[in-house]
Amino acid sequence: MTARGPALRLLPALDDDNRFFWTSGADGRLRFLRCPACRAYVHPPAPRCPECLAAGLAPEPVSGRGRVVAHTVNVHGWIPGSEPYLIALVEIDEQPSVRLTTNLVDVEAEDVATGMAVEVVFDEHDGVFLPLFRPAERTAP
Amino acid sequence: MSPPAEEPLERRAAITGIGQSAVGRRLGRSGLDLTVEACLAAVADAGLTRDDIDGLATYPGMGVGTPGFAGPTGPEVHDALRLRLNWHDGGGEGPGQMRALIAACLAVGAGLARHVLVYRTVTEATAQGGGGRQGIGGDGGGDGGGGVPRFSGFLQWMLPFGAVSAVNWIALVAQRRMHEFGLTRDQLAQIALNARRNAAENPAAVFRDPLTLDAYLGSRMISTPLCLFDCDAPADGSTAFVVSHRDYAPDAPRTACHVQAVGTALRGRPSWDQFDDLTTMAARDAAAAMWERTDLRPADVDVAQLYDGFSVLALVWLEALRFCGRGESGPFVADGTAIARTGSLPLNTAGGQLSGGRLHGFGLIHEACVQLRGDGGARQVVRRGGPPEVAAVSNGGGPIAGALLLTRGRG
Repeated sequence: MTARGPALRLLPALDDDNRFFWTSGADGRLRFLRCPACRAYVHPPAPRCPECLAAGLAPEPVSGRGRVVAHTVNVHGWIPGSEPYLIALVEIDEQPSVRLTTNLVDVEAEDVATGMAVEVVFDEHDGVFLPLFRPAERTAP
Repeated sequence: MSPPAEEPLERRAAITGIGQSAVGRRLGRSGLDLTVEACLAAVADAGLTRDDIDGLATYPGMGVGTPGFAGPTGPEVHDALRLRLNWHDGGGEGPGQMRALIAACLAVGAGLARHVLVYRTVTEATAQGGGGRQGIGGDGGGDGGGGVPRFSGFLQWMLPFGAVSAVNWIALVAQRRMHEFGLTRDQLAQIALNARRNAAENPAAVFRDPLTLDAYLGSRMISTPLCLFDCDAPADGSTAFVVSHRDYAPDAPRTACHVQAVGTALRGRPSWDQFDDLTTMAARDAAAAMWERTDLRPADVDVAQLYDGFSVLALVWLEALRFCGRGESGPFVADGTAIARTGSLPLNTAGGQLSGGRLHGFGLIHEACVQLRGDGGARQVVRRGGPPEVAAVSNGGGPIAGALLLTRGRG
């Protein structure tokens, strides 16, 4: 049985730049900053669009769907009490250059394939909504 | 791309002295003690006294990383040796651990200093004691105040998901290479087995007992597909160099190792998880930049000391430096012959960091000099009846990368 993540969640320190991201899951939606000029999604948060340097970036919801770029099962007990858990790099469907390091959940390690479709699910810890990913229940696009 | 018409500034520099302290798993000595030992050895090896030293550089310097990682600061070493400096530098950002050496080369080339002492010291084995290796952020309860610390900067994107060690971040690279290129664990093992074979001939190496493929494959997983023997060994030790202007080289008592070119580029995003090509990351850029600064070609390299903090990184560097094609490093190392001391490209001849100990990049530079000087003893590589003439060195993994090309007898 692959665990959902480490036994203890080390959490981000929320500030004015990242709060929208880490609390976005309160309504079940994943959000990234988006450029009003070139429409690029920007991650991690930045004061201007790193592509076209436009100002005025604002959070926008995305579908929450993505694909697994790479994955690993952490076995070593860095955090006491942890069972093996899946760490993955997931690229988002809207813009594959935007990636999240995350945990894959509701899936056994041997069933994970590179490129598999996944969808976001949030685990809340002390007001922080961690975006995790599970195998997608694909509907026709 | 053709090399720049003007001679690269780093070519005015040569490593004229090398020194290494005792190296071991838990020496129980202070970082400053080890550093002074290595520095004095390097200065004497260069045929100099401390009065000749007018520059000092270190990686990473003050206040960086987990316990035992940083070593003493520049000012501590400066004062411990009562140096009188015209130039001094330390920092943890830049083209890999060798950033300190590269900075020294440029300082010498620019005339800011004539003889620069460069050092890197680790006491990670002693700092970790019997408790084993820790992740970044410790076990999460380390603030002593009952609360759990929270994290900012790039760590906030990693630690909440239990990606608390570089092994997790590099395991993703290894798995992606298995997916894209068909890399196998048997191929990965060759980096570790080769390192152990070479370490057997290095009295200073921390692991010298024979390692078999079966033992490798049977060892415990750390973060799939990387097992215990894919990870370097925390060590205590200090490595030091004297970087001089090349016009001192004829007067130096030992063979000078001339700096032919350095590679410092980082053209992709400086990020563990956002870099465009997960299979190469920054090694691609640093290696390409190095070859843009020299007429020498990969086929001219006689010996390679490539960063192996994790085994897969040596494979990444083999491709980045164009010793084999993209995605072909697995087959290149598969039977172990090409990278053996008698092979076409002897690799990590002192045991690398996997078996030699995690001297964090500087051990690899040291061994490149040992080989160019012909001081390798039982592990000496022989080329055309003598010591190697050209050595390639790389430092770093993920978004951190620096490359260095050293030559014997030609500046």
